Amino acid sequence: MEEKKIRVLVAKPGLDGHDRGAKIIARALRDAGMEVIYTGLRQTPEMVIQAALQEDVDVIGLSILSGAHMSLVPRILELKKRAKLDDVQVFLGGIIPEADAKVLLEEGVKAVYGPGTSTTQVVEDIRGLFGKA
Amino acid sequence: MTDLTQAVLNGDRRALARLITLVENDTGEGQQALDGLFRDTGKTHVIGVTGASGAGKSSLVNCLVEEILKREPDKSVAVIAVDPTSPFSGGAVLGDRIRMRAIADNPHVFIRSMASRGALGGLAQNTQAVSLVLDAAGYDPIIIETVGAGQSEVEIASLAHSVIVVEAPGLGDDVQAAKAGIMEIADILVLNKADKAEVDAAEMALRSMLAMGFPSKEEGMWVPPILRTVATNGEGIAEVAAAVHEHSAYLHQSGNWQKRDQIRLQVLLRGLLEKKHHQEWEEFIHRDEFQQVFDQVIERELAPHAAAERLYTDSFLKNSH
Repeated sequence: MEEKKIRVLVAKPGLDGHDRGAKIIARALRDAGMEVIYTGLRQTPEMVIQAALQEDVDVIGLSILSGAHMSLVPRILELKKRAKLDDVQVFLGGIIPEADAKVLLEEGVKAVYGPGTSTTQVVEDIRGLFGKA
Repeated sequence: MTDLTQAVLNGDRRALARLITLVENDTGEGQQALDGLFRDTGKTHVIGVTGASGAGKSSLVNCLVEEILKREPDKSVAVIAVDPTSPFSGGAVLGDRIRMRAIADNPHVFIRSMASRGALGGLAQNTQAVSLVLDAAGYDPIIIETVGAGQSEVEIASLAHSVIVVEAPGLGDDVQAAKAGIMEIADILVLNKADKAEVDAAEMALRSMLAMGFPSKEEGMWVPPILRTVATNGEGIAEVAAAVHEHSAYLHQSGNWQKRDQIRLQVLLRGLLEKKHHQEWEEFIHRDEFQQVFDQVIERELAPHAAAERLYTDSFLKNSH
C-alpha cells in the first residue's frame, strides 16, 4: 500500500505578470515529496476552486503580487465554502500588508508569507498540518 | 454499494475526486468501491494522447475537448493527465492544467492530474483503475495524456481504444520516425506546430514511415491519418475530432472494439496479479536472508541468476509453505 501523498494546488489568481515565486514554492514542495498541481498565471477564483475540487488537494497555496488580495482571497474562501471544501487549507504568499494579513487570517487563511520567507518554513508548516513535521 | 460510490454514480464531483484519490492510493476502500462500480464500466471511448515532451499534447487535449463539446454539447468529458514523479524526492510538479485553460472551469469537463509514482510505461500504475472510475461516473470520452514519451512508453496502447501520437517538426530526422515503438501504436498521427518551417520535411518522414508500415492497403483496414494542427490557435482540430470519431466507428464495425477492451482488462488483471506476487515476494523472502545472499553477490562469490534461484527455492518456497 502506498503512503498517502500530500497534494497541493499552487495557483496564481489575478493579473500578476510573472510567477517566479510560485514556481520556486512548487519546486520546493516537490523536493519535499509532495505532489504539486501547478496551474499557471491569471487564474480566476472559479478556476482555482474547480482545480482544487477535481484534484482533491489537501492544501491550496495562493500567490498574489498585484495587490488584489483583499478582493481575490475572500472570493476564493467563499467559493471554497460553497464547494464544501472545508478541510482544504489555504496558504497565501506574496506582497501582503500586515493589516490585510490579519484580516485574511481571521477570515480563514491558514498562514500568510511575505517576501524572504524560507521555503523550508512553508514545507514544515504544510507537513505540520498532517502530523509529519 | 457504499454512500461514496452512490454519490459518484449520482454525479457528485466532490465524491468522484475523493474516490479517485482512494483508487490512486490503492486503499482497501478504493479497491472495494472499484469492484462495486465495475458493472457500470465498459461503455466509454478511451482516447490516449502521447508524444515527446514539448510536442504539444496538453494544448492539443485542450482544443480537442473544446471541439468534442462543440460537436456534442451534452457529453461530459474527462481528462487524466500524467506527469513524472521525481525519482529522488517522490514528489512531482503536475503542470498539464497550465495549457488547459479553456476547459478548466467547464462543468462538463473533469480534469485530473496524476503523478507517475515510479511507473515507467508513460502512465501511473493506477491510471487504468482511475479511468474505470470516470467511466462508471458517465464520462465519455476519457482522454488520457501520457508523460512526455520517448520511444518505449507504449503502455497507453493497451489502455486506450484510440491512440493519438503527437509529433512536431524539428524533433528528429526520418531515422527517428523509422524506429520501433511509439510510432507503431498510433491510430491517428497529429503533426502539431504545423506553422513551423520544417513541417513539410516532418510530414514526409512520417509518410515514408507509414508507407513502410502499411505496404499494401487492404479493404477495411485502418491506416493512421496524418493531420496537421496548430494547437495554440485551434487550426486542424476539427479534423482530429472527426478522425477520433471515425476511428471509434471503425473499431465497432471491425470487431476491434471488443478486442481492445479484452486487452485492457487482461493488462489490468495481470497487473494486479503481479502486484500480489510482488507483495508475497517481499513477505516471504526475509530481509536477513536476502542480505546474506546479496553479500555473496557483492563479493562476486555468487552470480545473479544463481542468487535469484537460491532465494526462490531456499527462502520463498520454503517460507511460503
